[in-house]
Amino acid sequence: MARIELRNIAKAYGSVEVMRDINLTIDDGEFIVLVGPSGCGKSTLLRMIAGLEPISGGDFTVDGKRMNEVPPRDRDMAMVFQSYALYPHMDVARNMGFSLEIRKAANDVRVSKVQEAARTLGLSKLTERLPKQLSGGQRQRVAMGRAIVRDPSAFLFDEPLSNLDAALRVEMRLEIARLHQRLKATMIYVTHDQVEALTLADRIVVLNAGDIQQVGTPLELYDTPANKFVAQFIGSPTMNILDIEPKDGRLSLKNGASLGLGLTNAQVGARELGVRPEHLNIVGPEEAHISGTAELVEHLGSDTNIHANVPGIGQVLVREHGHFALKSGDPVGIALDLEKAHLFDADGRRLAA
Amino acid sequence: MSALRKSSPLAVTGKYLALGFYIAFALFPLYWLVKIAITPDKLIFTEGTALFPSEFTFENFQTVLIATDFLSYFKNSVIVSVGTAAITTAIAAAAGYAFSRFAFRGKRVIIALMLITQMFPLLMIIAPIYKIVAAVGLLNSLTSLIIVYTAFNIPFATFLMQSFFDGIPKDLEEAGMIDGCTRFEALRKIILPLTLPGLGATLGFVFTAAWSELLFALMLINSNDTMTFPVGLLTFVSKFSVDWGQMMAAGVLALVPSCLFFIFIQRYLVQGLTSGAVKG
Repeated sequence: MARIELRNIAKAYGSVEVMRDINLTIDDGEFIVLVGPSGCGKSTLLRMIAGLEPISGGDFTVDGKRMNEVPPRDRDMAMVFQSYALYPHMDVARNMGFSLEIRKAANDVRVSKVQEAARTLGLSKLTERLPKQLSGGQRQRVAMGRAIVRDPSAFLFDEPLSNLDAALRVEMRLEIARLHQRLKATMIYVTHDQVEALTLADRIVVLNAGDIQQVGTPLELYDTPANKFVAQFIGSPTMNILDIEPKDGRLSLKNGASLGLGLTNAQVGARELGVRPEHLNIVGPEEAHISGTAELVEHLGSDTNIHANVPGIGQVLVREHGHFALKSGDPVGIALDLEKAHLFDADGRRLAA
Repeated sequence: MSALRKSSPLAVTGKYLALGFYIAFALFPLYWLVKIAITPDKLIFTEGTALFPSEFTFENFQTVLIATDFLSYFKNSVIVSVGTAAITTAIAAAAGYAFSRFAFRGKRVIIALMLITQMFPLLMIIAPIYKIVAAVGLLNSLTSLIIVYTAFNIPFATFLMQSFFDGIPKDLEEAGMIDGCTRFEALRKIILPLTLPGLGATLGFVFTAAWSELLFALMLINSNDTMTFPVGLLTFVSKFSVDWGQMMAAGVLALVPSCLFFIFIQRYLVQGLTSGAVKG
C-alpha cells in the first residue's frame, strides 16, 4: 500500500527538457490511468516512478519518503511491461517466483505464493511451460502473475494490453479491474486507449507534450474537460469543434446560423464551440440549428453515426441511438444540445458559464 | 498461391541441384584432403587425379602421430587457440555489453578506433609487432601468440557480441531489476543465459581464427617446442620433396578439434533462445 506523490517532477535529456512541473498525488489504493497520444511522456513518467529512468528534478515520494535516487529493486513496485518481458529461459512458475527467488524467500513460501497466483489467473496447468509455448493472452497473465506474487506496494502497467487482439483485450481489461478490486493496491496504468482509461480508472491523468492537461474522474473529464485537447481526446467518436462568432453577446456559428444562446461575461472570448456527436440530433427543419446533407451513414446496430456536410461549417458528426433510417445524400437538419456544449477560447481553454 | 508454386517439380529439382552443386563445390577440397591422406605414398603421383585411390592405407596417420612432432604442435595450437578464444570472448562480451546498453563519453571514438585497427593489412604491422614482442622478451613463447591474436580479434568479436546483446530486449533486464536484481545480477541470471548462443559463436569464430593463423606464428616462433600446428605443417616440406601423404594426414587430424567444437556449439547457434520473451 502506498501513497505516491510527484512534486515538480522534471525530465530532461541533456539540455532538452521534455517534462516540467509534473504535480500529482496518488492515494493509497487508487487506480490512476496516465493517458495521452504517443510521445506525450506517459511512459517516461511511469518509468521514472519505477526507477528505470532517472528523475531530472523535483521530488518523488512514497508514503512521505523521498525515493528519487532509490534503485528500482528497492522501490517495492511491480511492473507489467507492454512486451511482457518474460524470462524466456525460465518456466512459468520460475518466472512468477523470480522476485522471491532473488530475495531469497523460503522455498515453500515461494511455491505456495506462485501456486496461488497461478490459480487466480487460471495458469495452474501451465506452470511448467516456457514462455514460447504460451499464447499472447497467457503470457500476459504470467506477466501479471509475476507482479501479484510480489505483493508490491504499487503496480505499474505500461500499456499491458496493446499487443493483444480486441476480444482478449476486453477480457484482460476486466481481469485487471477485478484484480484491483480484490487487492485494493495502488495501481498506475499507462495507455493511449481512452476506453481502457475510462473503464479502469478511479482518476485519469491526461498528458500532452510533457504537460498534465487535466486530472479527474472519467466522468469529470467527459463532462467538464479543462481544454479542447482533453475534450477531443476523451470520448469516442471525437467531439465536434465548430468555429463561432459571438455577435452582440449572442452565439452564432461561422456560417451565420444563430444558436440563440447568450454569452456570460466570462465567455465573451469564446472562439470555438465543442459538441459531442451524441449531443447532436437529427431533427426536422423547423427545430434545426444547422442543416446540410448526410455524406456517410454508418450503421453500428446500437448506434448510427451520421457524417453530415454543413455548408459554411464543414464536417459534423452526429450520433443517434439505435437504428436510424437515413442514407447518404439525404438532407438533414441538426439540433445542438447547447446545455452539454462547451466553449473554448483562442488558447483552447474551456470557458465555464 | 505459394502451395501451387511449391509443388512445381521443376523448381524443386532446380533447388536441389543448386544446393547439391554448392555442397559439392564446398566439400571437394576436404574430400581431396582425406583422399590423399589415405592414399599410399607410391600411388600419389601415379594415380594422379583419379577420384578414388585403388588402395587404402592408414600408414600416413601412424607416421604423423608417432614419428613426427605433430602431437606437440597440436598441443601448442590447442593452448593458443583455447587461450585466445577464452580471453577474447570474455573481453568482447564485457565490451559488447557496454556498447549495447550504456551511453558514455567517447563511445563513438572507441568504436571508430576499433574499426580502424581492422583496416590495416597484417603484413604492414608485422615488423613493429616483432620488435615489440622481441623487446619484451616473448619471442618463441605461446604467450606472445595469445596476446597478439587476442588483440587482433577483440574488435570483431566485440561487434559480434554487441549485436547479440542488442538482440536481447532491454525490457528483460529492466523487469529483472524491478524484480529485485542489481544490474549485475540481472546480467548474470537473465542476460547471460540468453547470450550463450552469442558466446558460442564468438568462441567458435575466434578459436578457428587462432587455430589456422600462420603469419604471426611463423614469424614469432622459431623453436620446434613452441611451434603451432600451421607452422608445424610446413616441416613436412623439406628442401627436396614434399611429404604430401603425411601433410594431408596431419591436416585431417587438425580438422578434428574444429569439427568437435562446432558440433558442440551448433545447437546454441541454431536455437533462438530469446523466442517467447516478448510479444506473441
